[in-house]
Amino acid sequence: MQWETVIGLEIHTQLATQSKIFSGAPTAFGAEPNTQACAIDLGLPGVLPVLNAEVVRLAVRFAKAIQAEIAPRSVFARKNYFYPDLPKGYQISQYELPVVGKGQVEVVLEEGAVKTIGVTRAHLEEDAGKSLHEDFHGFTGIDLNRAGTPLLEIVSEPDMRSPQEAVAYAKKIHQIVRYIGISDGNMQEGSFRMDANVSVRPVGQEAFGTRTEIKNVNSFRFLEKAIQFEVERQIDVIEGGGSVVQETRLYDAAKDETRSMRTKEEANDYRYFPDPDLLPVEIDAAFIEEATADLPELPDAKRARFHTQYGLSEYDANLLTGSRDLADYFEAVAAASGEPKLAANWVSGELMAALNKAEKEIAQSPVSAPLLAGLIQRIKDGTISGKIAKQVFEAMWAGEGDADQVIESRGLKQITDTGAIEVMIEEIIAANPAQVEQYRAGKEKVFGFFVGQAMKASKGKANPQQVNEILKRKLQG
Amino acid sequence: MQNKSIAQLAADLRLRTYSSVELTKHYLERIARLDPGLNSFITVAEESALAAAARADQALKAGDAGPLTGIPIAHKDIFCTQGVKTTCGSRMLENFVAPYDATVVEKLAAAGAVVLGKTNMDEFAMGSSNETSYYGAVKNPWNPDLVPGGSSGGSAAAVAARLCAAATGTDTGGSIRQPAALCGITGIKPTYGRCSRWGMIAFASSLDQAGVMARSAADAAFVLDEMAGFDRRDSTSADVPVPDYVDALDNDLKGLRIGLPKEYFGEGLDAGVARSIQAAIDEYRRLGAEIVEISLPNSPLSVPVYYVVAPAECSSNLARFDGVRYGHRCAEPKDLEDLYKRSRAEGFGPEVRRRIMIGTYVLSAGYYDAYYLKAQKIRQLIADDFKRAFEQVDVIMGPTAPATAFPLGAKMDDPVSMYLNDIYTIATNLAGLPGISVPVAPVDGLPVGLQIIGNYFEEARLLNVAHMLQHVTHWHQAAPVGFE
Repeated sequence: MQWETVIGLEIHTQLATQSKIFSGAPTAFGAEPNTQACAIDLGLPGVLPVLNAEVVRLAVRFAKAIQAEIAPRSVFARKNYFYPDLPKGYQISQYELPVVGKGQVEVVLEEGAVKTIGVTRAHLEEDAGKSLHEDFHGFTGIDLNRAGTPLLEIVSEPDMRSPQEAVAYAKKIHQIVRYIGISDGNMQEGSFRMDANVSVRPVGQEAFGTRTEIKNVNSFRFLEKAIQFEVERQIDVIEGGGSVVQETRLYDAAKDETRSMRTKEEANDYRYFPDPDLLPVEIDAAFIEEATADLPELPDAKRARFHTQYGLSEYDANLLTGSRDLADYFEAVAAASGEPKLAANWVSGELMAALNKAEKEIAQSPVSAPLLAGLIQRIKDGTISGKIAKQVFEAMWAGEGDADQVIESRGLKQITDTGAIEVMIEEIIAANPAQVEQYRAGKEKVFGFFVGQAMKASKGKANPQQVNEILKRKLQG
Repeated sequence: MQNKSIAQLAADLRLRTYSSVELTKHYLERIARLDPGLNSFITVAEESALAAAARADQALKAGDAGPLTGIPIAHKDIFCTQGVKTTCGSRMLENFVAPYDATVVEKLAAAGAVVLGKTNMDEFAMGSSNETSYYGAVKNPWNPDLVPGGSSGGSAAAVAARLCAAATGTDTGGSIRQPAALCGITGIKPTYGRCSRWGMIAFASSLDQAGVMARSAADAAFVLDEMAGFDRRDSTSADVPVPDYVDALDNDLKGLRIGLPKEYFGEGLDAGVARSIQAAIDEYRRLGAEIVEISLPNSPLSVPVYYVVAPAECSSNLARFDGVRYGHRCAEPKDLEDLYKRSRAEGFGPEVRRRIMIGTYVLSAGYYDAYYLKAQKIRQLIADDFKRAFEQVDVIMGPTAPATAFPLGAKMDDPVSMYLNDIYTIATNLAGLPGISVPVAPVDGLPVGLQIIGNYFEEARLLNVAHMLQHVTHWHQAAPVGFE
């Protein structure tokens, strides 16, 4: 039987605020346990939450970025369950009336096709603390620094049909939240966590199969592998005569498998009800205007503009708009060098390779946009060849100065003096009579040998075009 | 001294007739001598009270004193007090000391009031007789075999027994007004949101409101003046200006329209109590008020609605008491579930457990719509009843409680009969309206309370209407035998 995969994602993205969603405690990552939790985060008796207005502003920016409805009135609700790292015994979230309603994003699939994925809703909520199971000799440690950290949970429609589509969607959301500055998207620090709802159904069947939920995946690679595993597992279960059990599963990256965490029967009844400590959030046009007035150009618009304005291929345009920093860098190089295509090649080629190798972000690049533009100008004006330019780039990366300084100090200036090149070529011809004979007998391949000799003799500095012309002339005798 | 009004005490302190330290010692001595028979205090904070009194004397000397400077009061043990333990009447918080003051505590301290201690209460404010307290029942100063009412029974008994000049209370379904009625004092529950709930341990967040228990409306006005007001730490506190309650006390009542809801005078009301209420209404008629019969048709539904909404909120509010971070923890838990179950089973008394179970039930999947959602809809209908009534009248009057104080133990095995004691007070909490209970003619030597309900934020009018009655009658001045 042919099976179709159906995937929906819930993405928890941490909002980039200074303080927590309902208290004034700081949200900085990596502090000593329990040093960034105040009485409110600890759920002491008598404390009350007060909404941090900044989180609403950030949610509104997201809504605008995915063309979603913004609820004029949304309500915080309590999700009740007991867990040691949940201090109040309930999580403040949004249930029936979330702040962000239906929206959508477009993803570019590998074949270049564009697919629209629906976003059902996005709601604000507080994060829980962290249970630490190691190093406590049979006890569990509780760190409440994370408790009360603001999250935006973004829930998609079940619109994805393959693990690759799911990853493309997740990357798109990741790109958007970073573009509009509402989250740092740092996956190692847990600022971007994904849950995948996965089911399979026979091709052509309309009704969804029973789904399982894979919790808390924090890398795109793991997301793809976890879904892939889960799809195969479900098909095996069904084809083996069994049926899929609705349950929550965890992905174990070390074993590359998912395993059951709890079934539907064991699931909590969260007893959601409106939080009586918080008033409904009312959002008017003026607030939306203020929150979104400085929204940057979004990835899709930027991609289209790069394509038309700079004449870049869809592939390059997509690559160079991957992050705002990268796009800004490219535009700076393109503007300063006046050579957008060369700029695109250098940024997506040499620079990206070097960054990947050094595991650096574009913002940490030792070669700044003006430096790279300077290099490109020297290629353009013929001072150096493209090949020599790679050497210059490496030197600039190592901190040896700008392109002109490197060219000067390393003596890499291209030799364009026709006389000097002629003398050099005459010497080569004189030293290799056998090869000259072969060439003249019609074996044109030998031409490459002479070019190689010439470049070797000039240490790569001879202008390649001039070398070609003079060689051809002299060899024909 | 203990029979003087707050205004008189404040005047004496200014004239140095006696110092705040002397006044505080006087009350501490009365507490030491008289409270063992009442059990109205859980904690007496002698040391910090005397220190506060000494500071008040400094301020009085410096001429830097407000109307409450140096006046000894008590706080219901539901308000968090930094450095003094806050038990909420529960074993769960037997040794809990909050690292912060409740806003109400902070404001009264800033006004110079001296805190004598923390008063007894029904556990987590759940009860109408003060018998659910882990620290033992409070006795009614008018008759030690009777209950003082609840849940602010300790504050009511302490004020009636002249163990403090005034006390704070909280009212979720009648917890200020009913004990005020049963102990013969004046108790005001302001509009929901009038006083901040920050630092006040939550029972039912959408109903809880802090208020004042005092011997007269005038005394209550002095205290409420300092307690009320917006607080950015409580999102549900009202950003509405606070008028001067003392200034409005003597306003003339001529032409005041008083509504008497027929539902408040029907079956279940004690005949003696009904006569006392009528006598008070007659006084108002003489003061120039106009009496109008009105109807609050949905009021019979208020008790069932309340016993869905309040337990629902409490089941969630009390989830934080899990034995993990503070509060009672069972000995040697086997595992996490055992820790939760035993800590909570041991830490909470039977009434609290009952309400947590009811609340959990009405919020659970499949029952939410039938109970919680429906209750919220009826709650709106109850509020609409009042809205219509206030188009016709300025205040609404009726009995605070259906009968005088009942014997200790009489209703402990019959929760429904206990719950019905709040039948006249609960609707105002559901609607968020202010209400005040004032003493009227006693029945068989026991106090009776007249309840006056006002429109939103009309505390000034309630205190004025109560004060004018106290101007022409002496019911509020009667003291229980042995506590004069």
